[in-house]
Amino acid sequence: MAEFEVQKTQENLVYSRTKVLTDNVMHYCPGCSHGTVHKLIAEVIDEMNMQDKTIGVSPVGCAVFAYNYLDIDWAEAAHGRAPAVATAIKRLNPDKMVFTYQGDGDLAAIGTAETIHICNRGENVAIFFVNNGIYGMTGGQMAPTTLIGMKTATCPYGRDPKLHGFPYKIGNIVSQLEGTCYVTRQSVNTPAAVRKAKKAIRKAFENSLAGKGVSFVEFVGTCNSGWKMDPVAANKWMEENMIPAYPLGDLKDI
Amino acid sequence: MAKIKGTVVIDTEHCKGCKVCVVSCPCGVLDLSSQVNGKGYNYCYMANPDACTGCASCAIICPDTCITVYRQKFE
Amino acid sequence: MKEVKLMKGNEVLAEAAIRCGADAYFGYPITPQSEVMETLMEKKPWETTGMVVLQAESELASINMVYGGACCGKKVLTSSSSPGISLMCEGLTYLAGSELPCVIINVSRGGPGLGTIQPSQGDYFQATKGGGHGDYRLIVLAPNSVQEMHDFVFDAFDLAFKYRNPVMVLSDGVIGQMMEKVVLAEQRPRWTEQEIIEKCGDWALTGKTPDRKHNIITSLELDPYAFEKFNQKLVEKYNKVRENEVRYEEFMCDDADYVIVAFGSSARIGMKTMEMAREEGIKVGLLRPITLFPFPEKPIAALAERVKGFLSVELNTGQMVEDIKLAVNGKTPVEFFGRAGGAVFSPEEVYDALKEKLIK
Repeated sequence: MAEFEVQKTQENLVYSRTKVLTDNVMHYCPGCSHGTVHKLIAEVIDEMNMQDKTIGVSPVGCAVFAYNYLDIDWAEAAHGRAPAVATAIKRLNPDKMVFTYQGDGDLAAIGTAETIHICNRGENVAIFFVNNGIYGMTGGQMAPTTLIGMKTATCPYGRDPKLHGFPYKIGNIVSQLEGTCYVTRQSVNTPAAVRKAKKAIRKAFENSLAGKGVSFVEFVGTCNSGWKMDPVAANKWMEENMIPAYPLGDLKDI
Repeated sequence: MAKIKGTVVIDTEHCKGCKVCVVSCPCGVLDLSSQVNGKGYNYCYMANPDACTGCASCAIICPDTCITVYRQKFE
Repeated sequence: MKEVKLMKGNEVLAEAAIRCGADAYFGYPITPQSEVMETLMEKKPWETTGMVVLQAESELASINMVYGGACCGKKVLTSSSSPGISLMCEGLTYLAGSELPCVIINVSRGGPGLGTIQPSQGDYFQATKGGGHGDYRLIVLAPNSVQEMHDFVFDAFDLAFKYRNPVMVLSDGVIGQMMEKVVLAEQRPRWTEQEIIEKCGDWALTGKTPDRKHNIITSLELDPYAFEKFNQKLVEKYNKVRENEVRYEEFMCDDADYVIVAFGSSARIGMKTMEMAREEGIKVGLLRPITLFPFPEKPIAALAERVKGFLSVELNTGQMVEDIKLAVNGKTPVEFFGRAGGAVFSPEEVYDALKEKLIK
């Protein structure tokens, strides 16, 4: 088969690691959605040629170390406060491309007020929100987005709304606010979904540069360690359970 | 007849053996090796290299961005 | 020509913030300091110097906005009053842990809890001993006049950038609400982007250009040995501050038998007490700490060698007195007199306390 041996030349290269990703091995568990979303953000920054003009704000949660993986300037915010931090960064640096990267506990529990108010003020930033229905970093406790019946370390018999309240769709809530221009729910479980998610990231960044207000991109993701499944099973479980509860698609696009 | 062939290079030390690429490959090219890397993961490899078309599905979905893809057209 | 005006303490804070070339103010209304943001909003500095003024949804948000601005090497400040500062304590420890320069003004009121809107100095411990978690220090300046409300905004920014540390101006409702003559400084220009890169480019978020590594602002370090080293680095910084930045004023201490120690508005009342005592031939002096951290330990220790006693006079139930005792180290009596809950003492009350507790 030597006649069909593909030459590994620049000319034949169709996919390689973007230079906006550092060489560090990510601390995430095998198959974690965070890695895929990080990569997409890095690729979009690279494609927009904005590495020197992008400032990221990382959360408290699994993505706390996001700053080790994207080769841009970063601020690490206190738990839930990334939107407040990003507000100031953008207001004081209007020419910069500013985004927050947050999980469900950070954005939809402890940081709810900051989330609502950045969206209401319509700051020109992008919010990337990974919703995997669990607190990963602290060891798999219940999140505001944990599904009814889903078992976690702090709802070991399954989430009971009488005891724990209901999961909620913060994407739908922020889509109601005047300051958001683009609210969408994506996933990264298949190559097709990844391609769509990347387009959403690009659009969010472009909106922020165009001064259109907050773009809010939610990624329904997996936490295979927290869910106690292998990565492939976690993707399947997500398709069968998470996505019906958090339907994919645009909630707002103006 | 022209033929499009592809190949991938896997950074086996970055690979965590999550298998997401294996199930995403439309041509059944990849599988997990019985060998392990420095971190103890069964890394992925081209079990069926001839079937690769260089579609890059595996690389696109890889959470650790450890797959590089090449594609060449043979006339 | 000098610009002299009659102004309220809180309004002067706003004026000084603009004039010192601050890049942003983030705040949330709370009595007795709401005039700071009101004055800024009225003056619209974004149209003149380009300074950003933003009303946040909470003190949590405003202190984290300060964090965001400080991350970029910008001159940012906030102001609040006691309960609001309690909310900000999370942000303060992050700011200190990330070594970010910024200015926080506390026009303090009575506590604990919702307390009262009347003046108090009950936040001495919070300002000087932490408030937030972990081993950190704020540099704390205590103005006792409207003029110092003005001057200390400038000084606070200078110290903040010199040491890459948050600086608190600890005032109180008396000085915030009081009107006095003030000499205003000339408008300083805000730093340009290029100046920020020159001054803070090795750490601030100015955009990762190809000529440098990416800058990361964080207080997270999971390696205990690395983090211990970082804590030690902070200690060294605070020791430098102790060595170089102590500020205080002494009045008639040279021949004094008794010394009143008081800061901020209490020092003004203590001054009157000192004059009353001197008129009666009792040799009373006054030492006013201007920096509460670093505390003027050495001058107090030096006085302790020869005076018959100290009276700490505070608008609280006894906080700074502990630092005086540490400085005096048992060499001479240290007594306390204070009122709390928004009540303010008269010079006569202080004099009575001085006589009862020390002179006898």
